[in-house]
Amino acid sequence: MTTQTPSRRFPRQAEAHVAARREAKPYINPYLGGILLGIVLFAALFITGNGLGASGGINRIVVFVQDLIAPTHVDRTAYLTSMAGGDLNPLDNWIVFITLGTLLGGFVSGWANHRVKVETNRGPQVSVRLRWVMAFIGGAIMGYGARLARGCTSGQALSGGSVLSVGSWTIMFAIFGGGYALAYFLRRFWN
Amino acid sequence: MAPYAITELFGHWGANAVYVLIGFAFGAVLEMSGFGNSMKLAAQFYLKEMTVLKVMFTAIVVAMLLIFLTSAAGLLDFNLVWVPPTYLWPGIAGGLLMGVGFIIGGFCPGTSLVSAATLKIDGIFFVLGASFGIFLFGETIQFYDGFFNSSNLGRLILPDLFGVDAGVVVIAVTLMALVMFWGAEQLERIFGHKDPKAAPRWRYGAAGAALAVALAVLILGQPTAEQRWQRIAAEKQLLLDQRAVQIHPGELLSLIEDPHLQVVMLDVRTETDYNLFHILDARHAPLSAVAEVIPELHDQPANTVFVVMSNDEVAATEAWKVLAAESVPNTYILEGGVNRWLDVFANEEFRAEYQKASAQPDQLRYIPNAALGSRLPAAEPNAGQVELEFIPKVQLEMKRGPSGGGCG
Repeated sequence: MTTQTPSRRFPRQAEAHVAARREAKPYINPYLGGILLGIVLFAALFITGNGLGASGGINRIVVFVQDLIAPTHVDRTAYLTSMAGGDLNPLDNWIVFITLGTLLGGFVSGWANHRVKVETNRGPQVSVRLRWVMAFIGGAIMGYGARLARGCTSGQALSGGSVLSVGSWTIMFAIFGGGYALAYFLRRFWN
Repeated sequence: MAPYAITELFGHWGANAVYVLIGFAFGAVLEMSGFGNSMKLAAQFYLKEMTVLKVMFTAIVVAMLLIFLTSAAGLLDFNLVWVPPTYLWPGIAGGLLMGVGFIIGGFCPGTSLVSAATLKIDGIFFVLGASFGIFLFGETIQFYDGFFNSSNLGRLILPDLFGVDAGVVVIAVTLMALVMFWGAEQLERIFGHKDPKAAPRWRYGAAGAALAVALAVLILGQPTAEQRWQRIAAEKQLLLDQRAVQIHPGELLSLIEDPHLQVVMLDVRTETDYNLFHILDARHAPLSAVAEVIPELHDQPANTVFVVMSNDEVAATEAWKVLAAESVPNTYILEGGVNRWLDVFANEEFRAEYQKASAQPDQLRYIPNAALGSRLPAAEPNAGQVELEFIPKVQLEMKRGPSGGGCG
């Protein structure tokens, strides 16, 4: 099922120690996970009117750093001004708090199920370093695409999909299309 | 009725705490489903393990059923729920890029956060990469923002696109998801050598329940404009009777000149009257067609004031009720209508020359001998010229509910 390959960078002894202390619990059934995720998404939309998101939060953290380094540049770039122009604090936005919560929730669930562990998940034929480089490149393309589409898998496919937005459904099919189109060429990377 | 104005209810930090809680549940469920593990996510694209598809579509169906069920039951105002606006081509281009980034990097932004939080180094590198990509976007979008803002279809949902009831789409999506789950299990059997019999039997019951709820949504139907008005009639009729929403022409003028506000004027009269005279920038939307412009009104920024007008107030009041029923915020009626506006702002020659001796209610009292449209000084009066006394009534109410997008 899952290939959890330990990173070479960390001493084997420490890993063995952690593994002996606690075994990672299995993941929950995907349909059950989906039902729970659907309830969380519904709760978000029902209580606040807003859906879930991730790339928007990362975006504002990036702009916050940019505003620390080059505030005049931020004030001159239209796309950035809307978030951090003048006295605006880019972090003072609900999506940033969703992002904070996502990190916290991920950590706590991982901790409770003994899955918090320094490791690199990768295909059996790939070196750790190559996996890291590819994760960075893939992340950059994903981040760029997410902003161009005005939302990522969470904000568009999931949240927009559930309220039947035409654009969100189009984006969802485009994501799967882009992934499957390239999957064949990367089969050795993942298998 | 939901959604709630959580900032007003709990204050700034209270509302932020709600968002942290929602995010917490989101992150925890992603982690429990295995989405912190890139191998599990990438397996989706090699048909061995369809976890991504199962989790995503189950979540979409469950949330969709609950949203449209609560909306049908009158518990949720769907107009106040954020629907990502459709920008067709930038969306498709961004979506294809995301698919490519997904298969190369092994995550999407939300899952990479969870992965990083559980100390997966590939997840941390992905988050750094995503931040870099987002940084690049912010720096380059100015070179092709024409494309970025192109093919904007606004707030468009599938039922409107196909011209059917929401319930029909809800059933279709539910059925489509169930067929996809069946197909996914077959693929897992073939490519992943998994035994479908090992999957829990309760999933059949869940599928049946989902179909039953979808059917209930179709039978109940989404509330009509008339039903929506009935629900709020008592409260809103009071505002009309107390004349709390009828604003003086002078106040409208001051709103137009206020640089902090955007004013959207809807002129609901006949085309003939509109062509004879209208206020500059007033938009023609005859009473029968007011309902059609509502999705656009919901797209306007939170500092927008909407003012409806007719010759007197009769048609404008009807239009106001339609907007109120559809939860358009900050909506007002021009007191005395266009006739009163001309009384106040038209010069004496005009009034003397074109005033009709008698006019029926809600008919234009001044009939110019040509279709002047907005080519009359009274169409854009200068507030400095006339001394006007009025009691200001507009109180800008910040929008309840959505404040801009899952990834805004």
